[in-house]
Amino acid sequence: MAELQAKIPNGPLAGKWTNYKDHQNLVNPTNKRKLDIVVVGTGLAGASAAASLAEMGFNVKIFCYQDSPRRAHSIAAQGGINAAKNYPNDGDSIYRLFYDTIKGGDYRSREANVYRLAEVSNNIIDQCVAQGVPFAREYSGSLENRSFGGALVSRTFFARGQTGQQLLLGAYGALSRQIKLGMVTMYNRHEMLDLVIVEGKARGIIARDLVTGKLERHFGHAVVMATGGYGNVFYLSTNAMGSNVSVCWQVFKKGAYFANPCFTQIHPTCIPVHGDYQSKLTLMSESLRNDGRIWVPKKKEDAEKHRKGQIKAKEISEDDRDYYLERRYPAYGNLVPRDVASRAAKERCDAGFGVGPTGLAVFLDFEGAIKRLGKHVIEERYGNLFQMYEKIVDENPYENPMMIYPAVHYAMGGTWVDYELMTTIPGLYALGEANFSDHGANRLGASALMQGLADGYFVLPYTIQNYLAGEIRVPRMSTDKPEFEDAEKNVRNRLEKLIGIKGSKSVDYFHKELGKIMWEYVGMGRNEQGLKKAIELIRALRKDFWKDVRITGSLEELNPELEKANRVADFLEMGELLALDALTRNESCGGHFREEYQTSEGECLRNDLDYMYVAAWEYLKDGEFELHKEPLKYEEIEVKQRIYK
Amino acid sequence: MDLTLNIWRQKDAKSKGRFVTYQLKNISQNCSFLEMLDILNEQLIMQNQEPVAFDHDCREGICGMCSLYINGRPHGPDDAVTTCQLHMRKFKDGDTIVVEPWRARPFPVIKDLLVDRTAFDKIIQDGGYISVNTGAAAEANNILVSKTSAELSMDAAACIGCGACVAACKNASAMLFVSAKVSNLALLPQGKIEAKSRVQKMVSKMDELGFGNCTNTYACEAECPKLISRSNIARLNREFFCAKIA
Ligand SMILES: Cc1cc2nc3c(=O)[nH]c(=O)nc-3n(C[C@H](O)[C@H](O)[C@H](O)COP(=O)(O)OP(=O)(O)OC[C@H]3O[C@@H](n4cnc5c(N)ncnc54)[C@H](O)[C@@H]3O)c2cc1C
Ligand code: FES
Repeated sequence: MAELQAKIPNGPLAGKWTNYKDHQNLVNPTNKRKLDIVVVGTGLAGASAAASLAEMGFNVKIFCYQDSPRRAHSIAAQGGINAAKNYPNDGDSIYRLFYDTIKGGDYRSREANVYRLAEVSNNIIDQCVAQGVPFAREYSGSLENRSFGGALVSRTFFARGQTGQQLLLGAYGALSRQIKLGMVTMYNRHEMLDLVIVEGKARGIIARDLVTGKLERHFGHAVVMATGGYGNVFYLSTNAMGSNVSVCWQVFKKGAYFANPCFTQIHPTCIPVHGDYQSKLTLMSESLRNDGRIWVPKKKEDAEKHRKGQIKAKEISEDDRDYYLERRYPAYGNLVPRDVASRAAKERCDAGFGVGPTGLAVFLDFEGAIKRLGKHVIEERYGNLFQMYEKIVDENPYENPMMIYPAVHYAMGGTWVDYELMTTIPGLYALGEANFSDHGANRLGASALMQGLADGYFVLPYTIQNYLAGEIRVPRMSTDKPEFEDAEKNVRNRLEKLIGIKGSKSVDYFHKELGKIMWEYVGMGRNEQGLKKAIELIRALRKDFWKDVRITGSLEELNPELEKANRVADFLEMGELLALDALTRNESCGGHFREEYQTSEGECLRNDLDYMYVAAWEYLKDGEFELHKEPLKYEEIEVKQRIYK
Repeated sequence: MDLTLNIWRQKDAKSKGRFVTYQLKNISQNCSFLEMLDILNEQLIMQNQEPVAFDHDCREGICGMCSLYINGRPHGPDDAVTTCQLHMRKFKDGDTIVVEPWRARPFPVIKDLLVDRTAFDKIIQDGGYISVNTGAAAEANNILVSKTSAELSMDAAACIGCGACVAACKNASAMLFVSAKVSNLALLPQGKIEAKSRVQKMVSKMDELGFGNCTNTYACEAECPKLISRSNIARLNREFFCAKIA
């Protein structure tokens, strides 16, 4: 059993990171050239890390499953990225960003990590501007900010509704430059299928060339995984079709702990589900809540009429509208954090006030904002989102309010890492959404982009040296070593086994069934009975999968069904751990809402005495996991009930 | 609605391809085009046939991974959308739909509807960035950027690199793609320093990779799902000309 050492530096909170950097080990330039680093993932976290490491002189190999590194799912982030610049002069500071993030995470994240995140946030904006990211500007030419949920200040930088795209293109540019210089070798259309460990240390990966189907071995003195989040365990989510848990799961099985899997985020403003052929859910950015007001009809009759298509939203008079977020949370109003907004929408719909054909939708209304600011301002701010909405729903949101409903969006949980972002396997690092560290039980909007880039540009390039300084005498290893051979053999066996099942049901069938179980019992509201049932159902489904899945084609060719099957097989195991973690956490906090633990007003009831810890799970064998607790200590801030009223 | 699909099937890069006809019944209007292909694939798998391979990932019109030449148009009949955002309500019951991969020499077919677009990455590698190392940036508000420049730069930066412009062009020119990147950076003060060498390197890389010449027919602009403007091409030409005489 690896011991949980978070390796948090000593000293006062605000000085920890400086203190760390002042005393860590560094690798000298000649030795950097002798060291290879494998980076898996080209999203904000992976691309920024790879580019920065290569600039420093390390040899980097980087992998992604898409046809180009620029297509990682970070590209889809819409609303913005936070930083504590305080340009609007509204009282922001590093401390306030840190505080909001800890509170937003419902006091379940690590203080020192979050402080560091807030500390480097400003450098990220500087870096991105220098790369040519066309952030929104004021008429004066300075950078513009807007507000996001869970904050009383405007600290979000944005590039229209395409902030993730622009930030990723910046990182992709930096990566491309290093590829040209020969410092980075790019492996696109490649999927990591296992981690190789030699004498207890991460030393490489097994990857499959998705075009030829060939298995490959790649050595690295260290391995960095930045493979994104696992929201697709719910099948329908705002994630990309290929987003997966597989790398987190592979390393989990090799000894890396998995932390807080039950902390998943349901985003309040997504386009509602409309059919069983549906493959994904589309997010409508949180930034819309700056100008849009959320409401449902006050009268059940009106809601019912709307469901039947007998009235339009506009025909419901102002007095008959319930702006329930403004009513319940006057201080934050429409800008309450996501978990709060999502639960409030569910509460209204469950109570019979939902609208739209399914009754599982609420209005997000811009009428007032259009009157106040003019249509052109709304168009400038959210044009692409309005267009996207219209293309999908076939209704003009300038004229009728949007209809939205919560959907699975983000994974706060992930591979456990210490302060240096190292997992419990020496030499293996996890960055970005793939790790668990900074968002606790609920992530605030515009903080994932910040974290991904903080990890990749400003944290890992330092901390990895502290480890690599001890590896400079290790020569490049031959991939003929038995450890590589064994790992490859295991991968081949698994893939052959999958293809050999030749059952009667498609991979998508299993993924959809899993999604239904997860949404029903492990979604926005969870309870003991439901979670136990979910575990049972998932186990049965998993068994059926390994008996009855049908994968066409072969191993030695481009085979999207095989790729999917391999990912779904992991989701079928991970879903169980997620439910188990939710069952074990007998409290409600952030995105984890246990129906048994709520206040009389329906708010989360945390239990700090018993559950103020990170749940770090160790894999024992199929369906058997052991819980390790990393206690959370708050030295700088007072732990309070989270109130947004 | 019921549909007849004529889809390009090709085992791999070396094999010869051909059209295969499929029938689909009861497709909902609200289904996206790719969800319609998912339904077809499900049907094929149940018949023990190989599903149709196509590229896709985000399915929200931003990653640029989806492609497809549908009834003679890149990304199909709707304007300003990618294939993943195209919905079946744009078709009628009984329609025959022809689906092909991008056809352009620099984008060879890998399998069925999937093509290799790494040529775009190679062009970007040849200067499509600002050369700044991590940590070497100045305070962000030190250099002011006019709102107009930032907006114009963002218009160009909205390119998703899907390759529709190349597929639409009879010469398979990559001018719209290259000019979007050149404009995105040339419009910002931060990008001006390397502007000359950038435009020269990117254009010569584009030529080297076998993309054709631009003969100003602007099919690229007409088919671009992100409405990237042809004015970027004019800007590229200006930048290129200035770089030459300087
Ligand atoms: C629709 C949407 C909107 C969002 N909007 C915002 C926002 O406005 N602000 C904000 O802060 N956050 C936002 N987020 C969250 C944020 O975008 C993500 O958390 C973040 O971008 C994740 O970055 P990443 O680098 O960790 O992973 P990703 O960008 O997901 O990259 C994962 C990488 O790993 C690779 N990969 C995965 N598995 C394998 C494998 N087995 N082998 C090889 N490679 C693999 C992929 O190819 C990819 O390159 C949004 C998320 C979504 C879905
Ligand atoms: S799948 Fe991403 S743009 Fe179409």
